[in-house]
Amino acid sequence: MASTDGAIKEPILAADGTPLKQALRRSQARERRAAFLLVAPLLLFILIVFAVPIASMIWRSVYNPEVRNFLPQTAAALQEWDGEDVPPEPVFQAMAADMIVGVEKRTIGRAAARINREIPGARSRMMRTAREVDEWSAPYREKFLETDERWSDLDFWRLLKRETRLVTPAYYLLALDYEYTADGEIRPRPEVYRIYKALFWRTAWMSMLITGICILLAYPISYLMATQPTRLANLLLILVLLPFWTSLLVRTSAWIVLLQQQGVVNELLVALNVIDEGGRLRMIYNRTGTIIAMTHILLPFMVLPLYSVMKTIPPSYLRAAKSLGAHPFRAWWRVYFPLTIPGLAAGCILVFILAIGYYITPALVGGDSGIFISNLIAQNMQGSSAQLKLAAALATILLVAVLVVYWVFNKLIGVDKLKFG
Amino acid sequence: MKRVLILTGSVAAIALGGAVAQDQQLTIVSWGGAYSNSQIKAYHEPYTEKTGVKIVNEDKSANALAGIRAQVEADNVTWDIVDMLQADAQRACDEGLLEIVDHNEWLAPAPDGTPASEDFIEGQLGDCYIPQILYATMFAYNTEAFPDGGPQTIEDIWDVEKFPGTRALQQIPQKNLEWALIADGVPDDEVYEVLATPEGQDRAFAKLDEIKDHVIWWSEGAQPPQMLADKEAVIATAYNGRIFNAQVNEDQPFEIVWDRQMLESDGWVVPVGNDDKMELIRDYLFFATDTQRLADQAKYISYGPARSSSAPLVGTFEDTDIDMKPHMPTNPENLETAVTFDVQFWTDYGDALEERFNAWVAG
Repeated sequence: MASTDGAIKEPILAADGTPLKQALRRSQARERRAAFLLVAPLLLFILIVFAVPIASMIWRSVYNPEVRNFLPQTAAALQEWDGEDVPPEPVFQAMAADMIVGVEKRTIGRAAARINREIPGARSRMMRTAREVDEWSAPYREKFLETDERWSDLDFWRLLKRETRLVTPAYYLLALDYEYTADGEIRPRPEVYRIYKALFWRTAWMSMLITGICILLAYPISYLMATQPTRLANLLLILVLLPFWTSLLVRTSAWIVLLQQQGVVNELLVALNVIDEGGRLRMIYNRTGTIIAMTHILLPFMVLPLYSVMKTIPPSYLRAAKSLGAHPFRAWWRVYFPLTIPGLAAGCILVFILAIGYYITPALVGGDSGIFISNLIAQNMQGSSAQLKLAAALATILLVAVLVVYWVFNKLIGVDKLKFG
Repeated sequence: MKRVLILTGSVAAIALGGAVAQDQQLTIVSWGGAYSNSQIKAYHEPYTEKTGVKIVNEDKSANALAGIRAQVEADNVTWDIVDMLQADAQRACDEGLLEIVDHNEWLAPAPDGTPASEDFIEGQLGDCYIPQILYATMFAYNTEAFPDGGPQTIEDIWDVEKFPGTRALQQIPQKNLEWALIADGVPDDEVYEVLATPEGQDRAFAKLDEIKDHVIWWSEGAQPPQMLADKEAVIATAYNGRIFNAQVNEDQPFEIVWDRQMLESDGWVVPVGNDDKMELIRDYLFFATDTQRLADQAKYISYGPARSSSAPLVGTFEDTDIDMKPHMPTNPENLETAVTFDVQFWTDYGDALEERFNAWVAG
């Protein structure tokens, strides 16, 4: 009795004399640390190659240092200016001083390029003046206006005043086909410049269409594979995987050979007199080409999850449904189909998310009507620094769109129910 | 004693010069394919032979601007010399990514003593840029598609009744807009003036609208000869070197329309951040851009040397008896109606017109 009382009051001790609870916690902490160390390389990897670049991309899409850092005196002098008339002498004097520093430090070109993004032609005017300005003396205002009357352009100075801020939404406006007016109000861009919104929509609906076609093609194949004897099923599986293992470029080029106007399909149709020489079908370098080639490339991503789910559905379920009097379609729809949803959903999200960011295939076979938003992101990345920022804004919007799709999908079906293979 | 030490030291340094160079290497970025090959034959191999400096080629010029920007921003410049288009070089130079070049100090004079800045063809030198070759973008056609004679002028290209069939154009506004205005009757020397106005831009796009239904687009230089060969297109814009290659090496029945060829240059730039290698880089550039070397390159590819003094030295294609002169874009006969590509204009208006062009193509 006494010993039991003592045991309740005194903590249980481990072999080395420390309280058991503490010893247990310590050893568990050690294990947790070991487990963390095991995943640490992966965490670090993700941080370095994923989180940091994405953060830097998002930062780049709003970062706007050009006027503030490279024309600092002008930016300060303009804060006094009311925007109604050609700026007074101090502003021009500040601009001259900034230009002299900018030429020496080679930063004037970056400021000029930033302004040129919104006022085409401003770059070469600024650069020309900047080369001469060190020989001038006060008063500068007249000198500037003498050199080029466009220095009296109020839009130019208003733009400088507006874009003095370090963070700007200007590139997001462009990415959604909006722009600033000279007064700093936001308006849709002129019709002839609008492109990005339409391309986002096109990317979305074509990705959906491709996902839909993949479902229609993959469902029967997967069903066949799941219900055939192992040997035949394995053969079918290899047939599905074979293109999966072939280089993306090879497969895309193969479609070019097949579908072009002098290609295999057209030759065959002409030979069979289905179409005449002048009526050769244009199936590539347009929307059709993108849809065909991408459906082919993404099909395995639909087949594999579907197949893995279908294999686990005992055929007796369908037989049971039928023996209880269900019409074959009803048996399939009420019994079999619901069981395949985890695989179907996994296939859909894989194909759709891969499709929405696809680049190389639309670039090669998309022509004009079949390119995706990623093609324009890539194109802008090769260009001027302003275009690079626009690319960053477009890419960020695409990233957010994918996250929204994922979130909606999770709400509708539940990601924990997915079965990827 | 000290002086003697210094003296022996410098003698040793001179003697070691050759040996030191053996370990040195230059990373040179270019376009790959036949073009890099011509540079290897005409510049790199003779230079390595002369100095022992090893030259590493990287075929990354298609991404030159983005690549240099990334390296300079990361403060880790691994490219020593980059082959770049002049318009991109201008952008990079404005952004402060490239070394400024003093042409007379950096480059060899012509054999007759003319300083480099006067020997290079006018308008081609840039603040940070040393041109090597001039190349043309122009129309070419497959003669099999036009048994009664193909298009001869830019106006003919727009005449889809007389010359039916698909046209393959490069998917960029540059050059297409100029040609559209010329086809619409704008005099050659006013093209860029007109194109700087909103009305001129509307006019150019309206003219392109006329043939839009007959156009497919290309983006890589290798595509147009392939499209012509496959008869996917019967007329295509292309780089003249690519068409020459198809004519000579592949025996394709292509014909070049030299009318209103657009002349552009391609050349060397040096990214900033290469200070410790500057001497070697300048030594290479001095060697590789002299009169003889530029003329040598034309032996391997049909692009015109950027120095006036190189033109008379251009010979025959590789080891054949094909005279290169008539294939050169700088050949006087081909040059008659040539339009010089305005780099300054496109650095100013490129962003805006590219956007409008993309919208027009996709719409």
